[in-house]
Amino acid sequence: MAHAGTVDRMEAEPEDAQRLATEARDRVRFEEDALALSDQVYRVARHLASSREDADELMQETYARAFRSWRSFQPGTNMRAWLLRILTNLNIDRGRRQQRAPQMQPLEANDYYLYDRLAADNEDGVPDEDRVVERLSQDDIVSALSAVPHDFRDVIVLVDLGDFSYADAAQILDIPVGTVMSRLHRGRRILKRELAESALEEAT
Amino acid sequence: MKDPCAHCEEMMQPYMDHVLTDEEMAEAESHLADCEYCRRRYRFEESLRVYVRMAAAEPMPAELRQKLAALRIPLE
Repeated sequence: MAHAGTVDRMEAEPEDAQRLATEARDRVRFEEDALALSDQVYRVARHLASSREDADELMQETYARAFRSWRSFQPGTNMRAWLLRILTNLNIDRGRRQQRAPQMQPLEANDYYLYDRLAADNEDGVPDEDRVVERLSQDDIVSALSAVPHDFRDVIVLVDLGDFSYADAAQILDIPVGTVMSRLHRGRRILKRELAESALEEAT
Repeated sequence: MKDPCAHCEEMMQPYMDHVLTDEEMAEAESHLADCEYCRRRYRFEESLRVYVRMAAAEPMPAELRQKLAALRIPLE
């Protein structure tokens, strides 16, 4: 009886059935597009999060939320940025706030700190790129990145690893473009200081 | 007049980010062409950035890919 009722209603309102079919198709397409971007989103998420495990959880929470709120995505806009906006918000909600409390001012060096330190440590006084590759392992890079305080790390990860423009990074993090630029500038210096410590520690 | 190498250092990161104006780009390039001190640092900064990018790239675990696909909302 209920079944017959459903059929009657569908016959009475064919536009509704049509609308539901269109919506289902749009949703499937949205999900496929979002999943196709997951490698690129993970590349960034891995370093926005503090560990692989955190990145894993954040990715799942992000995709669960994205699939639920797919209607709020505007087709034709940057879906990767939209997914990362969800991800950074979740990351902040997951206890990042407490780390935003006044933290020690990170030690900063000038832009050429790493170059100068490596040069000083090198017999001919000129570090070349091969020596950097020799001295810094993949683990050194990953741990130096994770040592950069979150606010600075977020912009480095989005711009330098994720290839987002300053404007996209500003939108994802909900901060002004000028703040993106100053955090990027300082963050890269902090990263180089961390890298110099790794590189020179291993040499001794 | 500002020390040209100090000015070049200030412009180095924006130069690498491609956010300078055409005029500033030309200024940075002409200084880099003439100054070995800055040119060496520029090459170093560039290869460092490429290296950090490569080293930080971790492929997504296959299990995570499956978990994400399983989060899709089934059609009614």
